Amino acid sequence: MSKLVLRNVSRAFGNFTAVENFSLALEEGELVSLLGPSGCGKTTTLRMIAGFMTPSAGTIELDGQVISSPGSSLPPEKRQMSMIFQSYAIWPNMTVAENVGFGLKVRKVNPDEIRRRVGEILEVVQLGALRERYPAELSGGQQQRVALARSIVVKPAVLLLDEPLSNLDANLREEMRFEIRRLHDEFKITTVYVTHDQAEAMVTSDRIAVMNQGRVEQIDAPYALYGRPKTRFVAGFIGRTNFVEGRSNGDSVHFGGFSVPKHALQAEGASLPEKVVVSIRPQSIRLLKQDPGSGGRCCVQGSVLRRSYLGEYWDYHVTLHGAAQLLRVTARPQEVFEVNEAVWIDIDTAQLTVIS
Amino acid sequence: MWLLAVVVLVFLVVNPLLRLLIVSFQQPDSGAFTLANYVAAYSRSRYVDALANSLVLGVCAASLCLVFGLPLAWALSRTDMPGKGLVWVSILGTFVIPPYLGAVGWILLAGPNAGWLNRLVVELTGMEKGPFNIYSMTGLVLVTACYSFPYVFVFTKSALDLVSSEMEDAANILGSGNLRTTLSITLPLVLPAILAAFILVFLEAIALFGSPALLALPGRFHVVTTQLWQFFEYPPKVSVAAAYSMPLLCITVFLFWLQRRITHRRGYISLTGKGGERRPIPLGGWKWPLLGYCLFVCTMSFFMPMVVTCQAALAKAWGRGFSLDNLTLDNLYFTAFENTLTRNATINTFVYAGSAALIAISLALCVSYIVNRQLVGKHVGNLLSFLTMAPFVIPGIVLAIGFYAAYTHPPLLLYGTPWILILAFATRFLPIAYANSNAAIRSINPELEDAVRILGGTRFTAIREVVAPLLKRSLAGAFILVFIPGTRELSSAIFLTSINTQVLSVLLFDKSDEGNFEMLAAIGLILVFITVVFILIGFRLMGRDFMLRRTAA
Repeated sequence: MSKLVLRNVSRAFGNFTAVENFSLALEEGELVSLLGPSGCGKTTTLRMIAGFMTPSAGTIELDGQVISSPGSSLPPEKRQMSMIFQSYAIWPNMTVAENVGFGLKVRKVNPDEIRRRVGEILEVVQLGALRERYPAELSGGQQQRVALARSIVVKPAVLLLDEPLSNLDANLREEMRFEIRRLHDEFKITTVYVTHDQAEAMVTSDRIAVMNQGRVEQIDAPYALYGRPKTRFVAGFIGRTNFVEGRSNGDSVHFGGFSVPKHALQAEGASLPEKVVVSIRPQSIRLLKQDPGSGGRCCVQGSVLRRSYLGEYWDYHVTLHGAAQLLRVTARPQEVFEVNEAVWIDIDTAQLTVIS
Repeated sequence: MWLLAVVVLVFLVVNPLLRLLIVSFQQPDSGAFTLANYVAAYSRSRYVDALANSLVLGVCAASLCLVFGLPLAWALSRTDMPGKGLVWVSILGTFVIPPYLGAVGWILLAGPNAGWLNRLVVELTGMEKGPFNIYSMTGLVLVTACYSFPYVFVFTKSALDLVSSEMEDAANILGSGNLRTTLSITLPLVLPAILAAFILVFLEAIALFGSPALLALPGRFHVVTTQLWQFFEYPPKVSVAAAYSMPLLCITVFLFWLQRRITHRRGYISLTGKGGERRPIPLGGWKWPLLGYCLFVCTMSFFMPMVVTCQAALAKAWGRGFSLDNLTLDNLYFTAFENTLTRNATINTFVYAGSAALIAISLALCVSYIVNRQLVGKHVGNLLSFLTMAPFVIPGIVLAIGFYAAYTHPPLLLYGTPWILILAFATRFLPIAYANSNAAIRSINPELEDAVRILGGTRFTAIREVVAPLLKRSLAGAFILVFIPGTRELSSAIFLTSINTQVLSVLLFDKSDEGNFEMLAAIGLILVFITVVFILIGFRLMGRDFMLRRTAA
């Protein structure tokens, strides 16, 4: 278990800056995901942590010791880390047991000890029966487990995962998410997990660092990231949302068609600029047949523009009376409204988030 | 590490070419600058005629190759013609036969008077004299085309294999018939490949030494390569030869550049993707004439020459025909075991080709690893690949003259030792080795090595434990692909061999003067036997089409 710290790390390729001023501190035994669209610099960051790449600025420290800086970089083989690759990188010329035991062999552990530890870890990932198989005889999921076993068995200081589930089919991917979290809970290895799949990040991680164009947008626990996104990118990338623009005027903020008292938005005490953008999650809006009548709530009239039925929920697009604003609303399957039907739109102001 | 690679490449590639250029401007005795060599090389009309002859040979042979190769490629790739397997095997056979052995076969078939075909015509028609004379430009063109058309076949078939039926369906649905679709959709799509093959075959034909030497010399005319050889008759005029080889080198470099331009042109991107579904075109009644034509081509290039060559190798005297009492194994036995000259040449052939393949592959592997894993900067990497691929555009005969010019004088006196042959072979086939090593290294995901390193192994551990075991198979295949042409290489060997370093190909050529065709055929069969054995090993290692695949060419 180790503490991993990245301080103002940058990496440029010629004129292109792949990672810019990235800072992150991992606690011992913490699992942090780097989440972002492809090309956002997350894999570059991971490869710098692994030592395959040298940062062009900033430092990386492991337990207080600098392991990467622009001047010098400890080679990967001296970092006591392990990594799971997108392609799994299972060596096809070795059996399952040889693959898993390789790291121990390099560390000069004695053969009996290797056999014992390999046997143990293969039981943990449920591959005990396949130890003499060659990788070509394994399914994708089994290869994934070999990769997991191989990187855990050496008890690494830090475990790195580079989009480990992207080559699996959907069902298996869902199963392996829980598997990875289970193994993390069991072994408590400090872990950096790179993915572009938000659900994967939310299931596995203690914290998520959302990256965009080489920069960190926000680092937070999954719940906070969804509930209180700080930037427009985060709000849009994690789940779906409605962006609504308004102007503050006196005690309230006016949006096209409705207004909200200022104090409802100022949860964190910051003063509001004149122009305000808020994110409203589709499930924080309810559609009603009649005016609920109770005061103090934000309820306006509108009508249904189009709708789609997705089995688990309805996806409505509604327009507000007297405004061009279009809102997406998620409703339970039994809440049926017709296209062009007049509806009351009830917005839960407690769930509005101001975007900077 | 990469510096060593550069030094070796300079030694093998740069120095010989540089020496060739320098020598062509030097007075042989004093070393002073002079243009006299060029004057000597181009002032006599028969030297210039030889240049013209080479061009005629190149154009005619390449055109004939299209006539032979295109229908076969189309038939095997796109139609439901029967007997595809047989045609495929005989094209592979054509590939396996060294061109000069084919020439020997054709001498037996169409030599004036005694050739089998002439005798057959005399027998059938009662004419006084057979009509065929292989010792002529026509004969040379025919023989050259017979052994070069597989290139056209391979290029065109590879391109056709990538044209999806959907593209043709799209034309059909718009109202175009089968013939029109083939001519206006399919043909233009594969045209770049055909042009590229045409250029390649042209270059093959003008750089060829064996067949012209066997056919043109008795026919009393010269092409560039035979003329170059004559400059080496005692006393060797290296400087004049160097000057005389310049047009050959320049044409080759230019045309390869052109060929690259053609194959890399944009707009034909559809050919690089997956072809989608492909259905054979039903030929109906036409399939029999097409099959007939395919078999005709195969008979010309493979069956007929091989039958008469085997007959000669197994005959007491080939002219006595196909009777049982004329049958003997003496020639083969004598050639392989009793005659010290041929026995030594056989051993030399094996050893030289094997060492050359080993050297070429080790060097190519180092370079491709360095380049692919980006262990050096981009510019150094590009330079390394360029030097490694450069011998591809140097005709074997020109390379040999370069080696001769560079390594016949102290301090680097290699002439007379096996090394000059081994190194020349290694250089000549370095591009084949490089193309294959590159493909092999690229097939290994770098993550496999990264995984070793992150678990505590060094780069060297990664190479030893993972890269080397994974490359074993494809490197064995690459070895065979270098070894086979090494065993039959004639055009560079002829200039570099000496009494003690004879190889089979040179011996075969020397024996052709004596008219001992039984022995000639026996040597040829031994060569073919060696080749077939190694090709069969290659099949086991790399799959059925490893030789007929279109590589970097």
